[in-house]
Amino acid sequence: MLAYLIRRAFQAGLAILVMAVLVFIGVYAVGDPVDILISPEADLAEIEATRRRLGLDLPLWQQFLIFAKNALAGDLGRSFVHNEPALRLILERMPATLELAVSALLIAVLVGIPLGMIAGLRHERPAGRAIMAASILGFSLPNFWQGLMLVMIFAVFLGWLPAGGRGETVPLFGIPVSFLTLDGLRHLILPAVNLAIFKTALVIRLSRAGTREVMLQDYVRFARAKGLCERRVVLVHMLKNILIPVVTVLGLEFGSVVAFAVVTETVFAWPGMGKLLIDSILNLDRPVVVAYLMLIVFVFILVNFMVDVLYTLLDPRVRLAERRG
Amino acid sequence: MSAFVAAPAVETPLGRFLREFGESRMAVAGAAGLFLILLAAVLAPWLMPQNPYDLAQLDILDGNLPPGSEGFSGTTYWLGTDDQGRDMLSAIVYGLRISLSVGAGSTLVALIVGCAVGLVAAYYGGPLESVIMRVVDLQLSFPAILVALILLAVMGRGVDKVFIALVIVQWAYYARTVRAAALVEGAREYVEAARCLALPDRRILFRHLLPNCLPPVIVVGTVQVGHAIALEATLSFLGVGVPITEPSLGLLIANGYEYLLSGQYWISFFPGLALVATIVCINLVGDQMRDVLNPRLQR
Repeated sequence: MLAYLIRRAFQAGLAILVMAVLVFIGVYAVGDPVDILISPEADLAEIEATRRRLGLDLPLWQQFLIFAKNALAGDLGRSFVHNEPALRLILERMPATLELAVSALLIAVLVGIPLGMIAGLRHERPAGRAIMAASILGFSLPNFWQGLMLVMIFAVFLGWLPAGGRGETVPLFGIPVSFLTLDGLRHLILPAVNLAIFKTALVIRLSRAGTREVMLQDYVRFARAKGLCERRVVLVHMLKNILIPVVTVLGLEFGSVVAFAVVTETVFAWPGMGKLLIDSILNLDRPVVVAYLMLIVFVFILVNFMVDVLYTLLDPRVRLAERRG
Repeated sequence: MSAFVAAPAVETPLGRFLREFGESRMAVAGAAGLFLILLAAVLAPWLMPQNPYDLAQLDILDGNLPPGSEGFSGTTYWLGTDDQGRDMLSAIVYGLRISLSVGAGSTLVALIVGCAVGLVAAYYGGPLESVIMRVVDLQLSFPAILVALILLAVMGRGVDKVFIALVIVQWAYYARTVRAAALVEGAREYVEAARCLALPDRRILFRHLLPNCLPPVIVVGTVQVGHAIALEATLSFLGVGVPITEPSLGLLIANGYEYLLSGQYWISFFPGLALVATIVCINLVGDQMRDVLNPRLQR
């Protein structure tokens, strides 16, 4: 077990190193980094000074070592648009993105599981078919267009909700959040729904498949034979067993929710880190782009590592296969 | 559209595929819709009232007209015009050409690359296989949109760059699918027989293994075309995709964004509708193909 953990940790470290090399080569070696890193109005002497200051006269491998050393110390460069450390800039925007992502997941679970169970229990009836047709539509709608349509309907034509921004925020444990003020909540609804629609469709499919499987199990039949009321059979015996795969998949999908927040944040001008990434790409603010990429790579690989370890701890079959292999 | 021809006495695999495919009316409707969309895109220069990129044909006085209104020169704009006085219907059909060719083309290239890599990994095994599959796992652990954003942030905008990014994003799906299929097929007797005959590796790989690994790849490929088109549209909407001179559907939608807030919905609405219709048709066809070609559901 320990040997397995060490090997997986080693592989995760290697993956981060490979990604760091790729990001470094991608951003620092393609084109002249000086063009990207300082303003185009700088004169020759300034360019030369910057070149020396950034260590760009050194060979590439030495540059990479410096970049890696700074990265390990938590220094991923300075944004030249905002003139702040890139990492701090990103971390400042993180709560907004997390608030959006968590709200979206909550909506997906609270709407998706009941609808999926109904679709599973009545899979031959019109209600079940209608839910499945809606979920296919949810899969097919391009996220950004669907966001525009939400803005069009609820903000422009009906005028019920604001079209963008985060609204009024109040600090919660020192972090500004929107969902505790009425104005913030009104701003949160549309982006959260937009981000949730795709995941809701996914949850509907998962819980429908789960329901149809669980329905036929002996313990459900036994619960019915005991004379338990239908509500208890569905809400306790079935629901609990459906939750396992749904929660597993949603946990794994959390990263992709954060990634898709890029699109939703752009549509609704939500000041999160996804919007920061797009703005930085469009402004050629490369230090922020590099910092965002390194941070995301690190988080993803860490999450995957933890999921692998948890699986090994929870599922003896994986452990056995590992011992044999 | 030969799905409607009566089944011949001795059924070829293709004939059986077409008959089983035709059993779902939704899938046939999807295929028909897709055919019409393709036809419109291919025949755009002959079907459409104007070439939206020929500036001589545009009249700025016709800018931002709502759907169905008559222009200055007497032409009727059924889907309205954008700020440049461009007929939205023509712009959509020309945009479809770019969206479809980038989506389908990149999927095809990724399919070829992925198949080759996956086959080689499964056939030769050993350290080569573990390295390839590690790379595949690593890439698939990141959401596709993020990988594409990273690549385009490094490469810059352009149709060719979007194409390359979409190929890199997709190849890993096929490599994984083909490897899984090839591992199963590789253990079968006919491969063993071919090896005993001392046929060259290349021949076994491409004449024996590849054709038998294709069904699952075709299924993944069909669904992926839809994903690729949606991803291209998203990237173009975010401003990192195709350049302004070659607007795909995504860029058309992005261009209409600012007008949407003042109630001029048609510049964003109709291109999006075309995009959704295309993706829904592809998904309907893909869903049915999966049911027909899935060996686990063999009837």
